[in-house]
Amino acid sequence: MSFLRLDGLTLAYGKTPAVEGLNLDIHRGELIALLGPSGCGKTTTMRAIAGLMPVRAGQITLDGRDITRVAANRREVGLVFQSYALFPHLTVFENVAFGLRLKGMSGKALEDKVMAAIASVGLTPFAQRKTPDMSGGQQQRVALARSMVMEPKVLMLDEPLSNLDARLRLEMRTELQRVQKKTGLTMIFVTHDQIEALALADRIVVMRNGAIEQIGTPEDIYNRPESAFVADFVGFETIFALKDGAMVTKGEPVPVPDAPAGAAALAWRPRAVTFGEGRFEGTVLSSSFAGSAREYLLDTPLGPVKAEVDAALPAHDLGATVRFDLPVATAAALRRAE
Amino acid sequence: MTRNILAPLTLGLVLLFLIGPFIIIVAASFSAGETLAFPPQGFSFKWIAKVFTVESFRQSFGTSLFLAIGGTLAALILGIPAAYAMSRYRLPGAETVRFMVSLPIVVPGIVVGLALLRYFVIPAGVPILLALFLAHTALILPYAVRVVSASLANLRSDMEEAAVILGASRIGAFVRVVLPNIRGGILAAFILGFVTSFNQVPVSLFLSGPGVRTLPIDMLGYMEIVFDPSIAALSSLLAFLSIGIVLLAERFLGFSRYV
Repeated sequence: MSFLRLDGLTLAYGKTPAVEGLNLDIHRGELIALLGPSGCGKTTTMRAIAGLMPVRAGQITLDGRDITRVAANRREVGLVFQSYALFPHLTVFENVAFGLRLKGMSGKALEDKVMAAIASVGLTPFAQRKTPDMSGGQQQRVALARSMVMEPKVLMLDEPLSNLDARLRLEMRTELQRVQKKTGLTMIFVTHDQIEALALADRIVVMRNGAIEQIGTPEDIYNRPESAFVADFVGFETIFALKDGAMVTKGEPVPVPDAPAGAAALAWRPRAVTFGEGRFEGTVLSSSFAGSAREYLLDTPLGPVKAEVDAALPAHDLGATVRFDLPVATAAALRRAE
Repeated sequence: MTRNILAPLTLGLVLLFLIGPFIIIVAASFSAGETLAFPPQGFSFKWIAKVFTVESFRQSFGTSLFLAIGGTLAALILGIPAAYAMSRYRLPGAETVRFMVSLPIVVPGIVVGLALLRYFVIPAGVPILLALFLAHTALILPYAVRVVSASLANLRSDMEEAAVILGASRIGAFVRVVLPNIRGGILAAFILGFVTSFNQVPVSLFLSGPGVRTLPIDMLGYMEIVFDPSIAALSSLLAFLSIGIVLLAERFLGFSRYV
């Protein structure tokens, strides 16, 4: 039984369609990532769940209740905006208390609850601070506490880590996971960064052009992409479509007699390309050193190929000719070539 | 060398031209003589004191004050929602409205005054005070819309959405989140509107009538009959009042940000 269900959800901005017939089931307590490039409809979908975006067609059910036409202020969902959207004229305390006051809560009960929420994000000393004086990371914690204190049925976060620097990003990632495990809250976050999605989510929903491209666990998405789009998104840089048992390349088709049944394309990560020996030959177009590994972009008769090798091996100069291979054994078999 | 003298000299002349008349008026208002003259003859507060004894000044001051406060409030009540709607929604014809709203700034007051009198006040038989009130409201409205729009432009709309998700109604979000954050702009608009209305001459000239005059119109009338320094005294008082208001606004609001 799904907790949050999107059924044939269709959304549009005026005459421009944004999301087309989207179906999604989310279980209670799940941490879901909506992953995709900008303009894929992930934020629009989230806004529709929050009630900030009118639904053209389809249905949204939350905890057994049809909320498709329920006003945004009665939905019992939380949303942490990418910009945090804190109220600059209020203190941290009043920001967090905002929703509870609207519910008619006051006095000691209100104070205890608000202070507990502020403490849970580690901001107790800042309770009386005005929010514009705080750092981005602190502002995000305020926004998180402000949403959490309302005890929403679903908490949504729009690009929660994108405005933070690398160190804070890691900290916030841990924080979100901790909060989610502790409260068992159902959470959806929107991101364009596959690393974030892989690290945080229980399940990832990859979106493209207003539709779902693939749903799966991080392992599924990372290791078993179904389409060229997803494969490319998670770092399979060399992808060839299959036609009549052969790879379609820039030059001659390359027969692949041992291709898995039902595969529409084969994809390789730079790591999975055999470098230095094999059936094919290419010239080094560029090489970049990335600490433990070195990455080569090869110009080959098949098309561009990216390969990654151990940095301890001797480096090849630009323009050098090297042999390489694309073993079927290390390839991911894609069901869709697009 | 000449260059170094020329710049401050030009600046000094411009300042003299701008402030000179003001200094003359202020000096003349402390005169002890019987006619408006410069340099003043002697020193006294008698003309300043006299201003407060002239019945028509007291009355027209009341009228002007009512128009400035009432007209500005009315303009804000109309202008804030208009500015809000234009900044938050893509409305058909918003550009036209924006343009129309700024027309009274562009069209000479004398034309507005004449047109209002000839084609609105007389045919419709509008009472004088009401006509003045409506005209002043219309004159202040552009300032209200502009200044409030400027402060709304700096306010992100997702703040209201956040308030709504936390349980506020649309109107509740406006009152609790938008209004407090454009408070400075509203106060700036109020002061600008107040000063504009209070100093308004051409439109008021056409619409004033028997028994109902704004202070500037009353001063014009007074000057045609009496030529004593009390008119200078009154002018000085008004100037200092305006300066005081603007200084206070600058001190507490950073007024110049909005204008």
